[in-house]
Amino acid sequence: MLISLVREHTEQMNPPRALWVPFDLGRPMGAPDEPDFQRRVLESGLSLLAEKSGPVLADFPDDAPGSKPEDMSGWVCPVNLAPADADEAESCLRAQLEQEMTALQPWYDLQLEQKGRTTVGVGADNIRDSAKLIAGFLEDPSIDSPCDYRPLALMLKYNAEDLKAWYFEAATAQPGGSGRELADWFWKATTAGKSLLQLASTMRACDNKGLQALGTKGIVPRAYEHLVP
Amino acid sequence: MGSLDAQHLREKEVPDFETEPFVEGPPLAERRLAVITTAGLHRRSDKNFSLEDIGYRVLPGDIDLSDIVMSHTSVNYDRTGFQQDVNVVFPLDRLRELQAAGEIGSLAHYHYSLMGAGWLPHEIEPTCVELAGYLKEDGVNAVLLVPV
Repeated sequence: MLISLVREHTEQMNPPRALWVPFDLGRPMGAPDEPDFQRRVLESGLSLLAEKSGPVLADFPDDAPGSKPEDMSGWVCPVNLAPADADEAESCLRAQLEQEMTALQPWYDLQLEQKGRTTVGVGADNIRDSAKLIAGFLEDPSIDSPCDYRPLALMLKYNAEDLKAWYFEAATAQPGGSGRELADWFWKATTAGKSLLQLASTMRACDNKGLQALGTKGIVPRAYEHLVP
Repeated sequence: MGSLDAQHLREKEVPDFETEPFVEGPPLAERRLAVITTAGLHRRSDKNFSLEDIGYRVLPGDIDLSDIVMSHTSVNYDRTGFQQDVNVVFPLDRLRELQAAGEIGSLAHYHYSLMGAGWLPHEIEPTCVELAGYLKEDGVNAVLLVPV
């Protein structure tokens, strides 16, 4: 039984049993911390196993909780992040990033305590090392990979994902933000977002094809591509 | 979904299949179910998914969900739901509840994770054939396929 996020693709491939769900990519069960809703999605899909003939493509009828425009909570970041001074931005990115992360650290710690888990850690054991690697590359794109068996491009990618995850986990200590609200905040209002936009731009300008490729497709979402300098 | 993402999905190469296999099975309350996710999930101690990785990672049935991380290469989907609650991508807690309530017969010893990133069927087929063998050995007769 397949959960389908893109109905047009499923219509063309005709798997035996599929349940199309009207949810955002990345949220096949609808919404986090909504166990009753998640259970309903599962029960709807698994009920298709009883069908006697197919292919069957059913539609889940309900939107995910909190996904409609009128559900938007007006989420705000738990701390007031001062806008970067444009004159100092380039030379002080590392310091600004450090300052921003220090401000967010209590919220990350709180979220970790509440959830008892983190998804950070695919790039480095310490998030400050992730930030230092990215800032270091922006200062000198000829640095070596910090890992003996993984190329620099891949390490930048993993550490960029860690940085995003760390920020989103800190931000969700203040509940209620939709995926879009959180992404807008990260890419438009944080020094970390600005750093990753600059990272993508710098990777694309390198001669190394791996850096070019990941800088083009692996750092900044399509929806925020227009912000890349 | 934004217009750029929708356009990208519309332009994706989607295969046509010549056959439409369909089999019946026992009631759900007698089935043994495994999850296959394409979200690039794995245990923290596992090797990350790399850029062109057609391999799989094993997610044991008794896994502590707080041990799961994600190293999918795509940046074009929301991860904030997963970061708050792994069940929004890999609903093992919900499946455990359904099993405890008797709605599902049993859950597999092992679930599997791949990284769906535009692989065409012939590219990922050897991995899927291998997994099918493991699922049969595990007595699985229902699979929940979850994209991201």
